[in-house]
Amino acid sequence: MYTPLEDGFAAELKRIESLNVKAIAENATEDDVRAALGRTFLREEDFPVLLSPAARPFLEVIARRAQDETMRNFGRGIQLFTPLYLANFCTNRCVYCGFSTKRDIKRRMLNLDEVEAEAKAIAATGLRKILALTGDDPKRTGAAYLAGCIRVLAGYFSSVGIEVPSMTVEEYAMQVAAGADSMTMFQETYNHARYLDLHPGGPKRDFYFRLDAPERALMGGFRAVNLGPLLGLTDWREDMAAVAAHARWLMRKYPEAEISISLPRMRPHTEGGEVAFVPEDITDAILVQAMVALRCYLPQAGITLSTREPAWLRDRLLPLGVTRVSAGVCTAVGGHDPDVSKATEESGEDKPQFDISDGRSVDEMSSDLLRLGYQPVFSDWLLGGSGASELTGGVAEALRTA
Amino acid sequence: MSYSDEFTIGGRALKSRLFIGTGKYGNDSMIPQIAESSGSEVITVALRRVDFSNAKGNVMQQIPKHMQILPNTSGARSADEAVRLARLARASGVGDWIKIEVISDTRHLLPDGYETAKATEILAKEGFVVLPYMNPDLYVARDLVNAGAAAVMPLGAPIGSNRGLATREMIGILLEEIELPIIVDAGIGKPSQACEAMEMGAAACLVNTAIATAGDPVRMGAAFGEAVRAGRNAYLAGLGRVLGKGAEASSPEEGTLTGFLK
Repeated sequence: MYTPLEDGFAAELKRIESLNVKAIAENATEDDVRAALGRTFLREEDFPVLLSPAARPFLEVIARRAQDETMRNFGRGIQLFTPLYLANFCTNRCVYCGFSTKRDIKRRMLNLDEVEAEAKAIAATGLRKILALTGDDPKRTGAAYLAGCIRVLAGYFSSVGIEVPSMTVEEYAMQVAAGADSMTMFQETYNHARYLDLHPGGPKRDFYFRLDAPERALMGGFRAVNLGPLLGLTDWREDMAAVAAHARWLMRKYPEAEISISLPRMRPHTEGGEVAFVPEDITDAILVQAMVALRCYLPQAGITLSTREPAWLRDRLLPLGVTRVSAGVCTAVGGHDPDVSKATEESGEDKPQFDISDGRSVDEMSSDLLRLGYQPVFSDWLLGGSGASELTGGVAEALRTA
Repeated sequence: MSYSDEFTIGGRALKSRLFIGTGKYGNDSMIPQIAESSGSEVITVALRRVDFSNAKGNVMQQIPKHMQILPNTSGARSADEAVRLARLARASGVGDWIKIEVISDTRHLLPDGYETAKATEILAKEGFVVLPYMNPDLYVARDLVNAGAAAVMPLGAPIGSNRGLATREMIGILLEEIELPIIVDAGIGKPSQACEAMEMGAAACLVNTAIATAGDPVRMGAAFGEAVRAGRNAYLAGLGRVLGKGAEASSPEEGTLTGFLK
């Protein structure tokens, strides 16, 4: 059993819970909303007010402020990345997930040659930022396997992120040494009881091991951490308040770290034509309210938007605070290089973790961004991976030794 | 009528005292137009954003050939990272100029004076023309002078805030005490604020966000170019006396503080 970090986020989460965010939101008045919007820097108690039903009529006003804050802090650049699914072996039983151990899908993990082929294929699209993912199977695809994959990816990408099961500080340090620089960890829900309901078995069931993971990653040397609630698993206002508090707390404790937040919405998961899990309905209006409130409360936090959302909606959410989007996405293991894709097909592993709603390629995404007045940003950091595998000359040498 | 007022830094004579940036634009292809409308001859580029693999083009290709590139170390959180980025810049063939940015607070984006001075010292010894971004603090400025900086770049207000010369008094102290060129960087939101910095005696201003996020960036570039020229001319012309209350000369009189001298 994991012992939570002594001065970790757990105590702060208890404090946030004691504020009773739900009640603040329910009792908020229009005057509270006006007062919150009148401040240059929003206070902690302003955030649930902006998430409240009373704030709904002010959505346009909040959205404008969110747009201003985004423009000031991030300008018109949107970072592009793509996830690379390395493996889908999984020993967890998350009731809402397409990779859960209970699901009858074929399992597969890429070998290093396949990782390299995938890396080449993705790098050829122009992307310089990659997010490596695995399921949760420490024996097959644990820290050592991941570090090996990262060493390969670092040769092709200037920034390598990971979205993998929670690790120890030492294991995180291994990934940093291999060339990773950013870490994504969705708590899924910050409601402990609900978390236990949704994760009946497997290593992920340990709530606190996951809750402390972003901090352990920073302790292990990661530069950037991306948090996220999976909206729809429980009361969305409570999870939004908790994730914002988590981000704010990490910013205070690790001011040098780049903290960003994803706002994925849970989609109904179907299995054999039957709906296997029904989340709370997070409407577009709720998603917008959550995003613009977050942008106003934490103007410097990055916001990531995945291809779970359809293209038309992603385009409209851009001005509201989004700073990073994925493109050219395949959520099955190995689907970028033709040969690797063929091997994937032959293995029978063709089930994605979740269905994507925005199938735009990197080129299509780039031209759509430009059309909307945004510039696709491919490179945002240089000292993580060298990204120099296919370069020659002085710059390549400098990148390799930098 | 124009006056000859060249500004030499790092061995290069510059006619324009406006430095511009490459960040936050909706499209890098706008950069040549902004260079032209603003008249700027120095442009800063965040190395972290330069895609050296070049698969999809590269911001460097948009920069007019006559411009001096001022690569910056945005993203560096320590002197060590800044030094590594600077060496990378040199290896990429953009010359020896480097704007040091060492920021280890991602919320307020304020520069770390100690790490900045360390990086400046190392890079100046390696022959770089070092322009450090700094908080307008007299002691940090002196450290940077001793470390071999070619100029100092104090912030007018937190980066991207467009709040203007919030640090006016502190920049005034640097202008009094520091012999190096003072280039006001960050926070300038309006041409009038750039103009004011120049009137105060700043050697130049660096403006990015206010141009890049303007409704019409090209026209805003022109506005900043003119404002910087106007402010510089005003400084050279020597500002006239501002009439203030009680500043009149008079002889000692009864009933005044110095009346007993009569």
